[in-house]
Amino acid sequence: MEVGRVKRVAGPVVQAVGLKASMYDLVLVGEEGLMSEVIGISGDKHIIQVYEDTSGIKPGEPVKETGGPLVAQLGPGILTQIYDGVQRPLPLLAERSGDFISRGLFVDGVDHKKKWEFQPLVKKGDTVKPGQPIGVVQEQLLIKHKIMVPPKHKGGVVKEIYSGNFTVEETVCVLEDGSQLTMLQKWPVRQARPVVRKLPPTIPLRTGQRVIDGFFPLAKGGTAAIPGGFGTGKTVMQQTLSKWSDVDIVIYVGCGERGNEMADLLHEFPELVDPRTNRPLLERSIVYANTSNMPVAAREASIYTGMTTAEYYRDMGYDVLMTADSTSRWAEAMRELASRLEEMPGEEGYPAYLAARLADFYERAGRAEILAGGEGSVAVVGAVSPPGGDFTEPVTQNTLRIVKVFWALDSRLTQRRHFPSINWLDSYSLYEKDLESWYAENVAPDWNQLKRRAMAILQENAELEEIVMLVGSDALPEDQQLTLEVARMIINFWLAQSAFHPVDTFCPYKKQYDLLKAILTYRDYAFEALHRGVAVDQIKSVPSKDALAKLKMVEDYEPELKKVMDQMKAEFEALK
Amino acid sequence: MTKEYKTITEISGPLVFVEKTEPVGYGELVEIRTASGEVKRGQVLDTSDEIVVVQVFEGTGGLSKDSSVRFTGDVIKMPLSPSIIGRVLSGSGRPRDGGPPIVPEVEREIIGAAINPASREKPRAFIQTGISTIDGTNTLVRGQKLPIFSGAGLPHNDVALQIARQAKVLGEAEQFAVVFCAMGITNEEAQHFMADFERTGALERAVIFLNLADDPAVERLLTPKLGLTTAEYLAFDLDMHVLVIYTDMTNYCESLRQMGAAREEVPGRRGYPGYMYTDLATNYERAGIIKGKKGSITQFPILTMPGDDITHPIPDLSGYITEGQLIVSRELHRKGIYPPIDIRPSLSRLMNSGIGAGHTREDHRAVSDQLYAYYAEGCDLRGLAAIVGKEALSERDKLILEFADQFERRFVNQGRDEDRSIIETLTIGWELLSMLPETMLTRIDDKYIKKYHPKYAGTAKKE
Ligand SMILES: Nc1ncnc2c1ncn2[C@@H]1O[C@H](COP(=O)(O)OP(=O)(O)OP(=O)(O)O)[C@@H](O)[C@H]1O
Ligand SMILES: [Mg+2]
Repeated sequence: MEVGRVKRVAGPVVQAVGLKASMYDLVLVGEEGLMSEVIGISGDKHIIQVYEDTSGIKPGEPVKETGGPLVAQLGPGILTQIYDGVQRPLPLLAERSGDFISRGLFVDGVDHKKKWEFQPLVKKGDTVKPGQPIGVVQEQLLIKHKIMVPPKHKGGVVKEIYSGNFTVEETVCVLEDGSQLTMLQKWPVRQARPVVRKLPPTIPLRTGQRVIDGFFPLAKGGTAAIPGGFGTGKTVMQQTLSKWSDVDIVIYVGCGERGNEMADLLHEFPELVDPRTNRPLLERSIVYANTSNMPVAAREASIYTGMTTAEYYRDMGYDVLMTADSTSRWAEAMRELASRLEEMPGEEGYPAYLAARLADFYERAGRAEILAGGEGSVAVVGAVSPPGGDFTEPVTQNTLRIVKVFWALDSRLTQRRHFPSINWLDSYSLYEKDLESWYAENVAPDWNQLKRRAMAILQENAELEEIVMLVGSDALPEDQQLTLEVARMIINFWLAQSAFHPVDTFCPYKKQYDLLKAILTYRDYAFEALHRGVAVDQIKSVPSKDALAKLKMVEDYEPELKKVMDQMKAEFEALK
Repeated sequence: MTKEYKTITEISGPLVFVEKTEPVGYGELVEIRTASGEVKRGQVLDTSDEIVVVQVFEGTGGLSKDSSVRFTGDVIKMPLSPSIIGRVLSGSGRPRDGGPPIVPEVEREIIGAAINPASREKPRAFIQTGISTIDGTNTLVRGQKLPIFSGAGLPHNDVALQIARQAKVLGEAEQFAVVFCAMGITNEEAQHFMADFERTGALERAVIFLNLADDPAVERLLTPKLGLTTAEYLAFDLDMHVLVIYTDMTNYCESLRQMGAAREEVPGRRGYPGYMYTDLATNYERAGIIKGKKGSITQFPILTMPGDDITHPIPDLSGYITEGQLIVSRELHRKGIYPPIDIRPSLSRLMNSGIGAGHTREDHRAVSDQLYAYYAEGCDLRGLAAIVGKEALSERDKLILEFADQFERRFVNQGRDEDRSIIETLTIGWELLSMLPETMLTRIDDKYIKKYHPKYAGTAKKE
């Protein structure tokens, strides 16, 4: 392999001569051998982005080829890990270099020494195809890690298959053609892993968040964007989704965001328990933490590294959720690197290929028929951080062209401390229709209608509010005053949901349904009373109404709800 | 021995171009000697076989093509020892108090390596600042970075000083050490800070870096890095709890913009460099706590929003990195309210980990949320009342309007030396909430109402 030399260094970008490497090949720059990637070739020059700080690198220092692109290491032991953007385990970096990350450290993404118990799933003489599981390892108490024939391997007839304890490098299976299979796969992070075909998203991804599950649902294998100005709730929402979603595996990518946020996550995940399995959330999670002050090139790579591990678990037949916080920082990393290449910038300085990169990334999500047979899915939720909170900027716009769910964060709601600050009029989900039959079957037959009624009330409310801003609410006809009141109940009692309340942070479907139904029952009583001639003020001040407000905070809410509804019925009957 | 070169080909603004050098490292410290013997320091921004670009921190005035350039073979480092405490240094770290140079025990690279996220400890020690709008509704914790977004002519410096004077962690006797970095502020402002530090004795546990309005603009790019390197030394070598106050980040960003323009870079939004987010992050992210270490770094950057516009890139990118923001409002200031902190757009993201039972009090979150909700609603209603007249409002709305006024007068407003305990702050909160009927307190659990609402005072059993 060739050894070239550094010609120029400017920030994270290095130019080198004397190399034969191809685009996206991994190369090692300087005496310290800093991990780097070829991102441009022009004439005899290679343009290289370095994943680590380049201080001190001089022209003339060597650049070594590695002969291949940046790969993710895939095998048992990646769950529960905390990686940087190029899959180096952060706790191991800390062991080697202390509390501050130093340069030139190589650490495998998967522990090559640890032994795992391999249980074969095939026997001598069986024919195995690409993607097929040949064995299984109990990676976590509840998660079986399938050891698969690598997707690009042609497969063949099993000659030998072992069982027992092995490291990921040891051979566990030999095929007739002599090829030896281990528990370790390496996959180029910028390449999508293959599936047989994509399937339509018809199963909801339950998040336990009323505004999402109720109004703007995500599907297993779906894509969603959550744009919002600073402090509007992107990170809290992504963390909440990672905690409570009904998926098997969660990949959390902290891409160019805060160190303390990652500390918070790393502190919580081992302690919080998955409500479905009663096991710590960390056991089903992989965290990538490439904070804003860590090298930008590794930030750029983190999204791909994260996606590759997500696809790997999908290939085992799991439902995976990947959250990326924030895709804007990823786009900015691209911009920063492109500007050092002196490329012609596109809109707002972003490279012209921004839209294509975003599309390629979200395209890797989906529910799919996997090579092994059966199904798996990768859903992606990307945070977007538009400058000045202005959604017309290129990253938001290009993202919205691709994703199917838009959760629009609204800083006016944030200022009122209405959380989640998802604007119920601007947001949408294109999965809603596809999921209706599932909801009708699995939640309640009238669930879809209830939601539509609630949404209609909110829409009417928005129109009425404009009038109120001109004349005050007392000038409205009585029925409209009641509509305002019911809308206020939907907003405050149902849509508002604190991520930090021990009970309300997660709301099961049944409770979502019961609470909304209770509010709309109040509405029916209220209008009926109004038609009987009861005064609006009296209707608005039935005591049971305010009792509804607090039910969401009660774990075992059903007996209480029944009491409140009985009381409400009696109170309305007593109104004259 | 390192060679000296006299091969400057061009001097352009803060940049010096040098050719025919031996290989020079990226980021290397450079010393340039003028004809009069003065030495100016700079740093390599771009290095290649043909040409080396140097950014000079202390101004290129006095430099010519004959000046001699020495590449030191090392990156910029800050000399550190415990004797640095109490010193006043220039924006590039030279003594400014007439004292001797710092005799280093250690030297640290000023471009700090990133704290490994896995080594970070979660910040959660409640800092009582004695200011209700912070402690009550935007609680600060140790290890947080919480900037003050202000505007020209507003009393942000007084707020910062009051925080520096009053900040304490309950139950701990130790006071915060202060690292103060001035970037491009006026001499008068600097004097205001210095006088207060002297008056309160804070100077004895402070390190001061001063780059004033008439000092070189490029030097400002160095100042926070020197200050933060010092803060890391105090916190993680000497086990101190450090408050870093730096002002004014807007001047820092202007220098960044000038540098970008001098290098003829493609500008990002409104002329600021595309890498400004990353650059700011390398400063702001140097806050926090490390597992197993006793000290901590808490940051209070101050910035003035150009045109009071929070969407301007400087506050915008800052807000995307810091853990919240305190907004100083011109409107409240005009009403004569001090500190004029508008809680609505203000935020402390680490509040949750520092409040509640065991930290402040169990009802803290609920009280804060309820105060926010009605204050925000009250402010909205003011707009409506101005259009339709107060009489046209419903009884409920009138009550909320009155609540908002009282909130500003009693909760927000306080004396410059008034140091309220968190319990006092919560008590004022409850008094205000008791203006409203109990059924309107929908965000507060009944058990807290029974326990803390003034109406039930004395009836609940004390724990
Ligand atoms: N669902 C929620 N429930 C309760 N509080 C919330 C919720 N969402 C957000 N918040 C509050 O808003 C604050 C800011 O939220 P968050 O950190 O998620 O913002 P962000 O959009 O990620 O901002 P940035 O772009 O700057 O990272 C949180 O610290 C929390 O106080
Ligand atoms: Mg965030």
